[in-house]
Amino acid sequence: MTPSRNVVERVLIILAAAVLVAAPFGLKSYGIYVLSLWAVMTIAAIGLNLTVGYAGQVSLAQAAFVGVGAYTTALLTTGGWPFGLAFLLSGVLCFGIGWGLGYPALRVQHHYLAFVTLAFTTLAYLIFRNEVWLTNGISGIVGIPRPNVFGWSTAAARDFYYFCLAVLAVISAAAWWLVQSPWGRAFVALRENALRAASLGVDTRRYTLVAFATGAGLGGFAGALYAPLVQFVDPTPFSLGLSLNLLLMVIVGGAGYFFGPFVGALVAVFLPEWLRFTEGFYLIFYAAAVMVLLAFCPTGLLGLVDRMLEMHRRKLDRAATVAANGATR
Amino acid sequence: MRRIVLSALVAAVIGIPGAMAADPVKFADVIELSGAGATVGTNWKNGVELAVEEINAKGGILGRKIELSHYDTQTNPGISRAQVQKALDENPYVILGPIFSGSVKVNNILAQQAEVPQFVGAEAADITQAGNPYLFRTSLSQAASMPKIANYIADDLKAKRVAVIYVNNDFGKGGRDSFVKEMKARGIEIVADISTESGQADFAADVVKAKSANPDIIFVYTNEEESARFLREARKQGVNVPLIGETTLLNQKVIELAGDAANGVRGHVGLSADAPMETIKAFRGRFEKRFGYVPDHNAIKAYSAVYAVKYMTERIGKFDRKALAKAMHGATIETAAEPGILIDTTWDEKGDVDRVSFLAEVAGGKQRIIQVLPKLAK
Amino acid sequence: MADIFQLLIAGLATGAIYALVAIGFTLLWQTSQTINFAQGEFVMLPAFLILAAMNIAELPFWLAILAGLAAALLILGAMFKKLLVDPMLRHGVLPLVIATIAFGLFLKESVKEFYSAEAQPFPSLVPAGNLSIAGAVISLQDVAILIVAVVAVGALQLFLSHTRTGRAMQATAQNPTVARILGIAVERMILYTFLINAALVTLASLLITPVYLAKFSNGETLGLAAFIAAIVGGFNQVRGAIAGGLLLGLVDNFAAAYLSAQYRGAIPLFVLIAVILFRPQGLLGRAEERTV
Repeated sequence: MTPSRNVVERVLIILAAAVLVAAPFGLKSYGIYVLSLWAVMTIAAIGLNLTVGYAGQVSLAQAAFVGVGAYTTALLTTGGWPFGLAFLLSGVLCFGIGWGLGYPALRVQHHYLAFVTLAFTTLAYLIFRNEVWLTNGISGIVGIPRPNVFGWSTAAARDFYYFCLAVLAVISAAAWWLVQSPWGRAFVALRENALRAASLGVDTRRYTLVAFATGAGLGGFAGALYAPLVQFVDPTPFSLGLSLNLLLMVIVGGAGYFFGPFVGALVAVFLPEWLRFTEGFYLIFYAAAVMVLLAFCPTGLLGLVDRMLEMHRRKLDRAATVAANGATR
Repeated sequence: MRRIVLSALVAAVIGIPGAMAADPVKFADVIELSGAGATVGTNWKNGVELAVEEINAKGGILGRKIELSHYDTQTNPGISRAQVQKALDENPYVILGPIFSGSVKVNNILAQQAEVPQFVGAEAADITQAGNPYLFRTSLSQAASMPKIANYIADDLKAKRVAVIYVNNDFGKGGRDSFVKEMKARGIEIVADISTESGQADFAADVVKAKSANPDIIFVYTNEEESARFLREARKQGVNVPLIGETTLLNQKVIELAGDAANGVRGHVGLSADAPMETIKAFRGRFEKRFGYVPDHNAIKAYSAVYAVKYMTERIGKFDRKALAKAMHGATIETAAEPGILIDTTWDEKGDVDRVSFLAEVAGGKQRIIQVLPKLAK
Repeated sequence: MADIFQLLIAGLATGAIYALVAIGFTLLWQTSQTINFAQGEFVMLPAFLILAAMNIAELPFWLAILAGLAAALLILGAMFKKLLVDPMLRHGVLPLVIATIAFGLFLKESVKEFYSAEAQPFPSLVPAGNLSIAGAVISLQDVAILIVAVVAVGALQLFLSHTRTGRAMQATAQNPTVARILGIAVERMILYTFLINAALVTLASLLITPVYLAKFSNGETLGLAAFIAAIVGGFNQVRGAIAGGLLLGLVDNFAAAYLSAQYRGAIPLFVLIAVILFRPQGLLGRAEERTV
């Protein structure tokens, strides 16, 4: 990474942050709602990125973890518990479930994890739907309160959006720390060549499990934010479709890139809104775009940016080399 | 939110005399256009569009044309909530829809907070129990229709053993609960109580369960497509006890999808394009001309809702949401006064409707009315 | 007793459909490492192609079937392979999996937008009618499904083991590198598998759509059933797909009738998880070695 690129990256991040903070002032309630939803989905996608992008495992269970987080928070906060506690519990519970699910499932080859997680998501949906005594079944849980943060009420759309943004910032920082740490480097080793990593003494199973469970925990945090955002939790959104959507977000943004989930969630949440005038064609465009993107640049949008920067740099280098050669000819 | 709406209202009231000329009035149609409810939602949407086109062609309401926007709930209660929020951002006069009871239960709170009247197509009994003064039905609630069908089963069919098949959602469960209550009250035994999924495709096991319970009749309460699949499976397995249902079971779409398997099905129908009434026949003709197919009861619900809003607004003489809601309670609109209402309708204090309804049977691929059942309150 | 017989036949009929879909899925995985997450939508699409041929091009049913088959072979066979699988395979299994997910979504939404979001009736090849056997009423449709499926699978097995092309395909599936060395046109063999899959899903579509009604969302349940059947039976054996499919159909029907109706969807999932944990190669499969 050349120094100029680092600077460019930093400037972009600051600009993006500024836009995010200023955005609500030009938007009505619905627009702010969509932005908040983007923030929530990004958190879930960051989690999935750990599993898919860094550890190289296909997980289709993220929707179930978001659902568990949402229901946990919904049940606790409507039962009078403070949001902060509910939030933490949601994440911890999902981490635990992720660990429990991953432990046996990761014994098998990684394409099988896709199917186990697929089964788990479908199962979770059925439990949400059928166990009426716990989740109120198909009728769902209404009237979820929005948290009161040290006296600041987040009930209004804009206030809650800033709350979501704050949580996203904290989680991003934590994820960044994780990725830069020895753990993160172990994850990447796993992704590149699991067998070689194992031969080097990296406990592949332990690290994969940590990646998967952490990803699950982040899904739980996302769910915990989802509940007060929509203020209604029912089984409908936590189906396989959401898992697929999150997976697409990670891939489109760029699996393994830190900011991939941000970009991917942006595309997944906003594209339908921008294309709404096409009245339903947006999913066709989205799917077609994903296929085209993958054919040309399977490393996603950020991978595309990387590649373009790389080509540009190479062009500059070549020009410099030609100039240098030309001087001697 | 309330502040914005209130100030908008004040501005509207002040501005009305000046705005009388051209400002269109906004109607928001929040409806199921995809997902499990696509069939019913599309019918509703077409009914609304026809009504709005007709009203606008005649000059609109009190001189203002209707500006209609559709919002797709995707048959997902969470999304319906967001869509209602989006609709409310535009400051509509009224909200039409949704139909699916699950969505209605979630989003009517928002409309209530914004004090916008909402005309829904939902039939679950409990949506009018929460005391929302801005919520109005466009069809008979399950609490009103179940006693009627129960009477038919008890008195006409003299059934003693009934198998119930219902869909596991708000609509289906609510209907099943009301129905079972009515059966118990008449001393009729429920020999099978079978739950099915929304969107379920394979009914082989469910038909086997129903058959093996040896019922006198089978009461089918699922959504349209599932009803069609169930009927076909029942026919396949040679079920020969009467299949009884409600409006959804005898829907034109179900008849089309189930083909022969729908013949012989009987049930209570709240609204029907086959009703022996001039207004409905005329509406059916206009609808078929405009859209090329026979309207179902959801189209009738929606069409009459738009005309109800028009009529009552003209009656109170101004565009005032609160006054509209207040006037709707206890109102009776007769076809003589407003043919667009299609069938005499009374709204009560809770927003429930009271109308005559029908007993129908499917024969030769068509729905046939065999009896007209009077209003409950007359 | 009659009930059990009834459920048995219904389960076998549904299972036969699952088997057809699972076989194609397994073949694709064996020969080209393609995990086709769009397999369910592959079963949904031919029905709509046929409906479009009937309603838009106004062809009679039998001609529409041929047209639909041809279109399916083109789109789901040749185009799928050339335009989607070949470019993706270079990048690895994960991008291909995602691409098939996106393709499935694309097919589903296209049908929804360009044809209809509502369910459509679909004509049956078999007339409606019932047989009475041992007190149970068996529909001609179920019998026909079983017979057609058995014949199709039998024909496929014969093709694979008794013709040169079939044996060449098997060789490609077992070891493509060696097959190439032996002079087998590996690329062409792989193309054949894709075409066979397209034909199998079209057949499955013809059999199941009269019952399920043609709807853009049909792919979801069928796809999941195909994966479970293939894995439970044995991911690397065609026999496994057949066994898995039949077993799944039976389990699903009996579970729905005798166990909780609300969790009927979960029983196959439990079977899947159990098989993956305790016998990952499937009931009839061979244990796979990992290549280093």
